[in-house]
Amino acid sequence: MRKKYTANQLSEIATQVRRDILRMVHAVQSGHPGGSLGCTDLLVALYFEIMDFNSKPFNTEGKNEDIFILSNGHISPLFYSVLARSGHFPISELSTFRKLNSRLQGHPATHDKLEGVRIASGSLGQGLSVATGIALSKKLNNDKNIVYCLTGDGELQEGQNWEAIMFAAHNKVDNLIAIVDFNKQQIDGSINEVMGITDYKNKFETFGWQTIDMFGNNMQDIIDKIEIAKSYTDKGKPIMINMKTEMGAGVDFMTGTHEWHGIAPSDEQLQKALAQLPETIGDY
Amino acid sequence: MIKIDILDNKDTRSGFGAGLLELGRTNNDVVALCADLTGSLKMDAFKKEFPERFYQAGIAEANMIGMAAGLATGGKIPFTGTFANFSTGRVYDQIRQAVAYSDKNVKICASHAGLTLGEDGATHQILEDIGLMKMLPGMTVINTCDYNQTKAATIAIANYNGPVYLRFGRPKWPVFTKPEQKFEIGKAWHINEGNDVSIFCTGHLVWKAIKAGEILAEMGINADIINIHTIKPLDFEAVLKSVSKTGCAVTAEEHQMNGGLGDSICQLLSLNNPKPIEMVAVNDKFGESGTPDELLIKYGLDTPDIVKAVKKVISRK
Repeated sequence: MRKKYTANQLSEIATQVRRDILRMVHAVQSGHPGGSLGCTDLLVALYFEIMDFNSKPFNTEGKNEDIFILSNGHISPLFYSVLARSGHFPISELSTFRKLNSRLQGHPATHDKLEGVRIASGSLGQGLSVATGIALSKKLNNDKNIVYCLTGDGELQEGQNWEAIMFAAHNKVDNLIAIVDFNKQQIDGSINEVMGITDYKNKFETFGWQTIDMFGNNMQDIIDKIEIAKSYTDKGKPIMINMKTEMGAGVDFMTGTHEWHGIAPSDEQLQKALAQLPETIGDY
Repeated sequence: MIKIDILDNKDTRSGFGAGLLELGRTNNDVVALCADLTGSLKMDAFKKEFPERFYQAGIAEANMIGMAAGLATGGKIPFTGTFANFSTGRVYDQIRQAVAYSDKNVKICASHAGLTLGEDGATHQILEDIGLMKMLPGMTVINTCDYNQTKAATIAIANYNGPVYLRFGRPKWPVFTKPEQKFEIGKAWHINEGNDVSIFCTGHLVWKAIKAGEILAEMGINADIINIHTIKPLDFEAVLKSVSKTGCAVTAEEHQMNGGLGDSICQLLSLNNPKPIEMVAVNDKFGESGTPDELLIKYGLDTPDIVKAVKKVISRK
């Protein structure tokens, strides 16, 4: 499955994924474009360059595969676009997002056996625990692959994360790479206004994690830093990547604000946004 | 009334511990997680023999359930162990999203359920857990009645693929089911044949129902006594067949009336064959500190309460 892409080629895929996100959210006038756009480069890098996995046939256990767990399930349009475009299911299915009888639920679910999804997420703060459990199962199976988990920064306000952070450090779960989307925004405003935890990187370190900074909207930096993060695995500590991103990245009028967390663009706004994101590998 | 002998006096949680140990020896995929209550849950023997398959989660139940979902994703069969209150109410959303909705093969094993927890009081005496768990789509709910049944159920749920809530308790209790029994999920155990009243009982109150059956027999009332160990999926056939014969029913359980076994039986009968029914259960109250025996008497869950409920329901026929 794994192919070698240049950073520029990956960025072209990311541009297409951003188009998908906007068109999916626009079509049903609901969904979460802001965080989806912000994390697009990461997911494209993971699924098209970094992770080893089989998309067909998809196997939930993922033995001897790298596994990605999405904790902040509301960025589902991004997840679905990347899963489809990495061969998990037909890209035509993206047009069913959030519609009745679709496998592409508002928040990811396993219930209808959507390939690529291993756990339901949406109620925040649970993904890191699940990823830790999968990492433990890999250790029992003597499987050397890595478990990646993406959480939001605001999501770290959920206490369960800190239970998982404590457990993973105490038990040396060193095949786990948590990536925190540091976009400094949440629904009610900036994180500093709502519940200031922007120094969470120090907290992870105090709990015993290895940490590293990364620019999540710079493809080359993502590739380089995840390579470094991977070199830290199997050394007795879980790893946290503090990923600086901009909510709404790729669309100028959607960045620099929390307002596009969970609203859909109008017809006019969609056209304006798509004009900034030329079609690259083809619309669904 | 059939004669039921007491074989021993042991806690149901020890049956869980024994079942788990046996599973450790026979199934390499079985793993266990505990939230700082290894001794109370009788998981020490498993921990000692299989340290690499035992995870101490600390006092962090939400993470324990999430990790169990992850271990199940990775192909393991995780058994989580803590008190019933912390196994359900405390982690409801984690169970709902990461276990039930995600169809994970997690076995949530809960001790110290109900009033018979005793002196620790109402903070720990959960009486709502069966209701919480049975409302979740796809969740199997089992409440065992003695050591042997708990051991057999523990072993049986490992061979079933899907989320299970297994509820048992703290006190030493009469052991009266067979040591080497085959536990069939969803299949009621017909304890005694009778034509006058159906008694559907679960958990610790099965023994109380048997004692009530003996007293009733002396009064000339023959009770059809059925142990519903699996509250969900409910054995519809066994319940409807019995009530079509007896024409009335009493339910007995260590749980709130709302959401418990009685509530499930009422629903089934109302929809299919409405007949008089009386419920022996806690009526919308929290428990309190006391000995198990004192509490069962005070909250109306003792043998005489079942006898009284039978007389009342027969008078309503």
